[in-house]
Amino acid sequence: MMALETRNLVKRFGGFTATHDVSLSIRQGARHALIGPNGAGKTTLINLFTGVFAPTSGQIFLDGEDITALPAHARVARGLSRTFQINQLFADFTPLDSMMLAIGERKGHGRRFWQPLAADREVAEEAVTTLERFRLADVMSEETRLLPYGKQRLLEIALAIAARPKVLLLDEPAAGVPEEEREEVLGIVRALPEDVTVVLIEHDMDLVFSFADRISVLAAGALFAEGSVEEISRDPQVKAIYLGEDA
Amino acid sequence: MTDHQAHALRLLTAKHRWRVWEIALWLAAIAAIFLLPSQLLILTEIVILALFAVSLDLILGYAGIVSLGHTAFFGLGAYAAGILARDYVAEPVTGLVFAGLVSGLFGLATSFLVLRGSDLTRLMTTFGVAMLLAELGNQAAWLTGGADGLSGISMTPILGLFEFDLWGRNGYIYCLVVLIVLTFVARHITNSPFGLSLMAIKRNPRRAAMLGISPKRRIVTVYAVSAAYAGMAGALLAQTTNFVSPDVLAFHRSADVLLVLVIGGAGYLYGGIFGAIIFTMLRDWLSVATPQYWMFWIGLILVAIVMIGRERLTGWPALLAARLKSRTGEAAR
Amino acid sequence: MLTILFDGIAYGMLLFILACGLSITLGLMNFVNLAHGAFAMAGGYVTVVLMNRYGIPFYLCLPAAFIATAVIGAALEVTLYRRLYRASHLDQVLFSIGLVFMAIAAADYFMGGQQQLINLPPELRGRLDVFGIGIGRSRLFIIVICAILAVALQLALTRTRFGSQLRAAVDDGRVARGLGINVSTIFVLTFALGSGLAGLGGALGADMLGLDPNFPLKFLIYFMIVVTVGGTSSITGPFIAALLLGIADVAGKYYLPQAGAFIIYAVMILVLILRPNGLFTREGGR
Repeated sequence: MMALETRNLVKRFGGFTATHDVSLSIRQGARHALIGPNGAGKTTLINLFTGVFAPTSGQIFLDGEDITALPAHARVARGLSRTFQINQLFADFTPLDSMMLAIGERKGHGRRFWQPLAADREVAEEAVTTLERFRLADVMSEETRLLPYGKQRLLEIALAIAARPKVLLLDEPAAGVPEEEREEVLGIVRALPEDVTVVLIEHDMDLVFSFADRISVLAAGALFAEGSVEEISRDPQVKAIYLGEDA
Repeated sequence: MTDHQAHALRLLTAKHRWRVWEIALWLAAIAAIFLLPSQLLILTEIVILALFAVSLDLILGYAGIVSLGHTAFFGLGAYAAGILARDYVAEPVTGLVFAGLVSGLFGLATSFLVLRGSDLTRLMTTFGVAMLLAELGNQAAWLTGGADGLSGISMTPILGLFEFDLWGRNGYIYCLVVLIVLTFVARHITNSPFGLSLMAIKRNPRRAAMLGISPKRRIVTVYAVSAAYAGMAGALLAQTTNFVSPDVLAFHRSADVLLVLVIGGAGYLYGGIFGAIIFTMLRDWLSVATPQYWMFWIGLILVAIVMIGRERLTGWPALLAARLKSRTGEAAR
Repeated sequence: MLTILFDGIAYGMLLFILACGLSITLGLMNFVNLAHGAFAMAGGYVTVVLMNRYGIPFYLCLPAAFIATAVIGAALEVTLYRRLYRASHLDQVLFSIGLVFMAIAAADYFMGGQQQLINLPPELRGRLDVFGIGIGRSRLFIIVICAILAVALQLALTRTRFGSQLRAAVDDGRVARGLGINVSTIFVLTFALGSGLAGLGGALGADMLGLDPNFPLKFLIYFMIVVTVGGTSSITGPFIAALLLGIADVAGKYYLPQAGAFIIYAVMILVLILRPNGLFTREGGR
């Protein structure tokens, strides 16, 4: 069974077609990269997967289940999680608060209105473990907006991981991260658990080629090519529309 | 337990700990019974307004819902308590609970109106609901007394034990106890995982959804709780004054309570209480100077607050909180 | 029956002229200006003072009311409103409520709390009898003036350079600035126009709607209904909404006086539930 699958997905904004008849299959445990020039519709596709937009037509399946009509939060509960290209964090929360929130919600504790946060030991312990894993434990009491960008980026990923997703969508995880903090972020991405299916949007071809086992190329909203790293890197047409432009 | 875990637990516990200034505030309020016996009527007014503002803070400060008609719940509670006392049971605590239930249910029923649409739609629907109730209250004169107001209320002693006295002593104590209990409850709610999720929804709804939070139920819940609080504040007014004026549903009350909360600062519960103290004192002072034109001053204050910037003006509680936070943070280390 | 319809249309037209400025500030400039009614009230009082104290004829008072409120509007835009275009809706609400309260208190102070009466010129008093339908002359006058204004406004917004500049400034201020459009001048002029129209509406309607210091709050809900129900993407929506509201309100008061304004509020809430973006907006797009 495929972890994530789309059938004839179309999204139009007024007269503009951002996603053009995309049928995509991503198998369980894959490291799947989505590449394509700017404006190719990569982020739109992620937004369709996660329910930010409803598609104009077509279907989306998660683990074989049709999730096209589900709202965003219900998709998260079924194991689909994402990071954003531009950090979407709670600026005045501390990393500890953010993790308490993310993990508490996964465990369904978010409706408990009579329990002090501190009394939720199992969530607190997992929050700290996750913060340690993402090298955020030392700054867990700082306000998020005061953290260095690389740390904020790590928190962005940590929040997505806290949902214990089956499928994780990473929208340019290393974008905007200063060189000296970059390795830290990439290390975390590479060390993601193997059973998690990862879909990666990325412009950095070195990262794509070293990380992905399969690549889909998008151009003008449509699926242009798909194959292994080998095949894609040798495909002359891909080079022409994408790599050529970069090189 | 690792060092990090111990640190995290200390941080989380510190959030919930009673601060010195909170305790001082409540002690001062209690001391007022003995120190300011001649001011108890106005203090009662402050306490009721404070409770009303705390209820608005729950939806505005925590869930980010701007309401132009919060007095709908206040007025409904006042009428519910008034009618219950006039026609059926005149015991105050029963009336308080009844008013809370009526307003809470009405809040639950109308909460779906604030789920959809933009700030503007919310403004309009909350405003519309309040106007609708005001119109109803005005038309149903057989029940509410219409434009003359609801009179003929005479409350029996609180729990059958404490009679409302002429000096307003027991009335003040009664209202203060209600405020303390309800603030304590609100404090508990806002420090819970539920409270944290509300703050998350207000700050970044997109991310909140991506953490699997369904905002609807959370907002419905807090809206109903807030409505119940406002209803109880209304009940206190009806019970301590033995009268319900149709003015409880008037637009200016919704505006006043917004101003109260804005003066004190939204989003930390006590803003409503500090705001109510400042607002009532200002009103007393200004209406002695120019009795008729209180409305002008209130308008001027609103304009001034916005032009100067709410953050800058009401930064003091945040500053205080930050200072205390860093202190407790250090203590926690 | 037809008289009621006619009165309703006059009332609706008047509401449109009063509210269309709000529709512009709200829809195009995204500013929640709850103080819009205060401008209408100002126009009404200008007329009352000019007519009753200085004996200036009604027809001259109308343009005077327009100009006076437009100037007030422009002054307030430059000094205060301008700084709040990007503020949160809560700030805009607090600010404009503050203005309303100040305006009410000021009107009370200078003019007193009583209803103001104006003496319409004799040719506008009484009724015409057309095919057995009683038509109030003043109502007819209102309809004619408002219809002319509505058409002119529609043309101004869609056909003139000013209209296209305004739409550009609203769509993307930075781009418009890059194109050499003076965005802040456009906004002042637009705001002044909206306020002026409200003032003119207040002057025209002083007789029909009544005029006392509570005017801005009393009619706020009507303006807001026109704008929210009509949507803010064009001025046709508010126009239709204003007509419907006017007819419904007049008919409601005539046939079901005991229901009061109840029906109007209920309908508004219903519309907002079903179509949160207004009845006459095209959905879709972005």
